[in-house]
Amino acid sequence: MDDTKRYERLREMYGNGDIGRRKFLGLLGAAGAAYGVQMPFGNMAFAQDVSQVRFDGWGGVVSEAFREKAFDPFTAKTGIEVVDGTFGSGDEYLARVKTAQEGEYNIAHLSGVFDYARYHNLGYSTALNTDNIPNLDLVIPKLVDVFRAVSGDALSCVPYDYGTTGLAYNRKYISDEEMKEQGARIMLNEKYKGKIGGWSDWRTRIWYGALQTDQDPNNIQDMDAVWDAIRTHRDLALKYWGSGAELMSLLAEEEIYVTEGWSGRIYALQEQGHDIGYYDPPNGFGWQECLFVIKGSPLGAVEELLNFMLAPETSIAVAEAQNYPPALDPSKVDLGSKIPTLPAFDPSGKLDGLTFANPDYWNGNEAEWSKMFGRVQKGY
Amino acid sequence: MATIEQSEKRAPWVLLSPALVTIALLLVIPLMFIVVYSFWLRTSVGGVEAAFSFGNWQEALTDRFYRDILLSTIRIAAITTIVCAFVGYPVAYFVARARGVNRGFLLLLLMLPFWVSYIIRTMSWINILGVSGALNSLLLAVGVIDEPIQMLYNETTVILGLVHFLLPFMILNTYVSLDGIDRALEDAANSLGANPMQTFWEVTLPLSVPGLAAGGLLCFVLGAGTYITPVILGGPTDAMFANLVFEAIITQLDWPLGAVLSLMLLVVLGAVVLTYNRFMGLGQIAKGIG
Repeated sequence: MDDTKRYERLREMYGNGDIGRRKFLGLLGAAGAAYGVQMPFGNMAFAQDVSQVRFDGWGGVVSEAFREKAFDPFTAKTGIEVVDGTFGSGDEYLARVKTAQEGEYNIAHLSGVFDYARYHNLGYSTALNTDNIPNLDLVIPKLVDVFRAVSGDALSCVPYDYGTTGLAYNRKYISDEEMKEQGARIMLNEKYKGKIGGWSDWRTRIWYGALQTDQDPNNIQDMDAVWDAIRTHRDLALKYWGSGAELMSLLAEEEIYVTEGWSGRIYALQEQGHDIGYYDPPNGFGWQECLFVIKGSPLGAVEELLNFMLAPETSIAVAEAQNYPPALDPSKVDLGSKIPTLPAFDPSGKLDGLTFANPDYWNGNEAEWSKMFGRVQKGY
Repeated sequence: MATIEQSEKRAPWVLLSPALVTIALLLVIPLMFIVVYSFWLRTSVGGVEAAFSFGNWQEALTDRFYRDILLSTIRIAAITTIVCAFVGYPVAYFVARARGVNRGFLLLLLMLPFWVSYIIRTMSWINILGVSGALNSLLLAVGVIDEPIQMLYNETTVILGLVHFLLPFMILNTYVSLDGIDRALEDAANSLGANPMQTFWEVTLPLSVPGLAAGGLLCFVLGAGTYITPVILGGPTDAMFANLVFEAIITQLDWPLGAVLSLMLLVVLGAVVLTYNRFMGLGQIAKGIG
């Protein structure tokens, strides 16, 4: 990186309010002194701010895909190191962000528009300069619009991939026909008691409770029926899993025969040779993931990384490795041969076949439902 | 003269000051924050509002849900402690009676678990007790069973995981106590006509009670505060009180309620520690873990 670009980036950070006037002038002074006496103070001073970007994601095969296909090539190209961490859930990560200093966390691989809305409502969003992310034009417009609607036309993220939380089942014990016939209710079937799993996430449990009681997950009328369905599932379940790795282990080891599962993780199991089926029931849980930029991040470096990650060659490579379709519009970008075979992939780019969680509805009920689920989960 | 006296009075405080400062910064002040948080309120979007309300305390103290989970936690910790005592005492006795190189080797074996992550140790049970784990594979191979037995993800496996984690604390404390017993007392009992069993019940066991109690206290307090074991080895309903604290703070973003629940657990465990200190003294624990 040359000095001019370094200066421009510094000025941009100052303009965005990411660093204060005193720090801006201090860094300029350090750079000037370094130039004057031919010492590396300027580089060192600036390096502390933008030579490193922090990224947090879901771990496992997803993190491996990001590391290998995106971060390492990005570092090789720009010299900016991407330090990646992991989290088990969006809730856990939000708690970490709340206790952190501004700028400590930069980009998060968040799931669902409801998470974007939560972070925005808590004041952790920023305004990206989309002119610096030209590859955003290649993204499915519907995926971008829902985020703009939350944060008043500004964007604090770029959409990156999408998938579903559908039904995963061991085909040795459950046939495709039986799965299609029973749909979400298969997880309330006494026949599979002790061999049923489920994600310990309250949203997913309530979503599937709605499906099991023939209700619209985005407009539940009879919440008591949903809680009863969750209780029934709880009493039949062997285990609530808490991570993608645990989900894959429980299915692969045949501890459980049926559970909800994340489409990409189930595809990974299938790739490993396990005879695991995957079925998205009507109104199955669709979601999109975004790369959310947290307030206080070095925007220049972050935007450069986001644009790099949205470049078709990077985005397709990551998608193929993590098994989730990319947010790129198939009508604008040739996505190759593997991506059209991934679960949840929509060749039209309109995503009309997927049902997403309404962020206003779900976030509006979050406090009450997450607390109630905590009780129901423990036998109440 | 007065200066020397003052200096002598000051010396302990000077020597203690690094520890006191550390405790104040890392324990007392954060605890005060938690106390303050417990009176605040959760906002609708998951933030906190500085207020002064007893609502969180009222909810936590009057809601049967929290009381039941607390009692269940105490029950699981108590069972774990008792199992640790029964399993750990003979081991500690054996180590205390071992001589020479054997004793050093056995003590080294006792310390080994501390070199491996607690989470890894807990997860190892999945490979042992799982449907395709070592035990089921063995039973299937020798024809004892026709199909795998479901052994994991229930309260028993939670207790098993806790015993695995806490047993070394029990053994080490009991060993220290047994090792400190003057063998001449046992010889005296024998010479007065007591048989080995009577000697054990009348002399050895009573004298080793302080170590057993210290190990029991550690097992109980650590067991009651555990979070990860029920998550890894428990079924859907196997939660302990620390899991409630986690959910309140992380999942529900209700930090004020999480603060109240943390303080409730602290008070209960603090009462156990104070009771122990009243009758046994905390010095025994320092011997065991030192």
